[in-house]
Amino acid sequence: MIGVTHYLVVAAILFTLGVLGIFLNRKNLIVILMAIELILLAVNINLVAFSAALGDMVGQVFAMFVLTVAAGEAAIGLAILVIYFRSRGSIAVDDVNRMKG
Amino acid sequence: MSYATQMAMVLPELVLAVSAILLMLIAAWGGQAATRAVSFVAVLALIGAGIALFGPASAGGTAFDGLYHADAFAAFAKALIFGAAAVAILVAPKFFEQTSGDDLRPEYPVLILLSAAGMGMMVSAGDLITLYVGLELMSLASYVLASFMRHDMRSAEAGLKYFVLGALASGILLYGISLVYGFSGTTMFGAIADAYAGERSIGLLFGLVFVFAGLAFKISAVPFHMWTPDVYEGAPTPVTAFFASAPKVAAMALTVRVAIEAMGPAIADWRQIVVFASLASIIFGAVAAIGQSNIKRLLAYSSINNVGFALIGLAAGTEAGVASVLFYMTVYIVMTIGSFLVVLQMRGPDGQPIETIASLAGMSRTRPGLAAALAIFMFSLAGIPPLLGFFAKLEVFIAAVDAGLFALAVAGIVGSVIGAYYYLKVIKTMYFDDAAPAFTGKTSPVEGVLLTIAALVISPLGWFLLVPLGSWTSTAAASLF
Repeated sequence: MIGVTHYLVVAAILFTLGVLGIFLNRKNLIVILMAIELILLAVNINLVAFSAALGDMVGQVFAMFVLTVAAGEAAIGLAILVIYFRSRGSIAVDDVNRMKG
Repeated sequence: MSYATQMAMVLPELVLAVSAILLMLIAAWGGQAATRAVSFVAVLALIGAGIALFGPASAGGTAFDGLYHADAFAAFAKALIFGAAAVAILVAPKFFEQTSGDDLRPEYPVLILLSAAGMGMMVSAGDLITLYVGLELMSLASYVLASFMRHDMRSAEAGLKYFVLGALASGILLYGISLVYGFSGTTMFGAIADAYAGERSIGLLFGLVFVFAGLAFKISAVPFHMWTPDVYEGAPTPVTAFFASAPKVAAMALTVRVAIEAMGPAIADWRQIVVFASLASIIFGAVAAIGQSNIKRLLAYSSINNVGFALIGLAAGTEAGVASVLFYMTVYIVMTIGSFLVVLQMRGPDGQPIETIASLAGMSRTRPGLAAALAIFMFSLAGIPPLLGFFAKLEVFIAAVDAGLFALAVAGIVGSVIGAYYYLKVIKTMYFDDAAPAFTGKTSPVEGVLLTIAALVISPLGWFLLVPLGSWTSTAAASLF
């Protein structure tokens, strides 16, 4: 029997993969955008699983909001990526170093 | 409650959202030529939203079944936010005149308005969904603002870094929210507090940690501060002034509201996080700023440092503590906006912006008024007495001591002494070093007036504000408890 715990474990794994994807990836900025999507989808799995387990619709409504915002976020991320590529000519993560922090 | 009453409560955000959409249409039809008009109307909209705060928006009711709190706390934070947003619009035209290739576009004021509307939702949130949507509305507009100078590589890089780390922060916050929702069974702050008051599961604790980590990102508290210096340096200066003021206040107010209203019963748990973030921010902000040669980076570390002090007030967790956070943030945004107004005046012979601290050398001879203003802001940021920055720190420390956090208060005082070093170094550069080439260009009347107001508020004349500000902040704090 698949219970809410299984969903939580899947979501936790996806979330961790997403965070690692941002920090360990040294190659490509597009991969970072994909990792961000992964994080948000992990959250959605959590929300929907909880919503089903609790018998409460709010979680599913929340998931809709998250999906919508994720779409906007991806659009803005790609737009910023495009202007960055225009001026820099590369989208390698190692090249994002004009300013040292 | 009738629909009209509820709409009256959200009037400030309504004004901002509707005017942002209308102005976007005007911008689309009018193009570049409409910039001045759009900026002007945007400032009017912010003033209108500010006036709307005096109505039902601050009366203390809740709208939309508790999704939205229209209390004095939110109204106070919104007054600061709208003011800072208006300043960011007012100072922009002069700055963009001098940049090559990137003109001010009518989208700029529209984005600021949208961001301000998002911040208004954030500080009024009574539910995790409102919190998330407001936060994202603010963040998405901010990402675009950071990369507003499309032909400038540093600006594009700042936008990129802000976007990636900001999106990660939202993800972490959201993961925490999903856990809080799952283990408490609700997204309303009041009901979440009930869940925290009872038997606490490990899931609720994890949720709390993730939520605070996400919020720490947004207020740029150590250890989630790494985006701040780069974004502040790369973003256009008026945008940096905006980032250092309005979103900071909004995120801080949101953190306070979540901590007190939603997770109040778990104070023993979140206090550890807040105390750590506060001490780490104070010390790191002070030490890392010492080696900086860029004034915008220096102010970025200064903002990290100041957030640490404000968090001391939150760690107290009392009504006086919350009032001291609001008081600190008020004084902080005046000081920081003032400092950035001075940075905006730093222009080379061709009118291009200069950002090195070394170029301030001898400014007391070439631009005495400007040097005096910056000296006031720096002394005040360092927390030196008769200036208002001292009272802000004092309030925070008193709140901490009253709550029994003696060690935290002592550590904070030690941290502020370390921090004083680099603020005083800037003053020493201006007053005692051999003169560098003078900055060119005149201060525009708007900037001059804003700079004078900021300097007068911070100067001992600001003592007249202490009493009304004290009563406003305590009323605002009382509405949370």
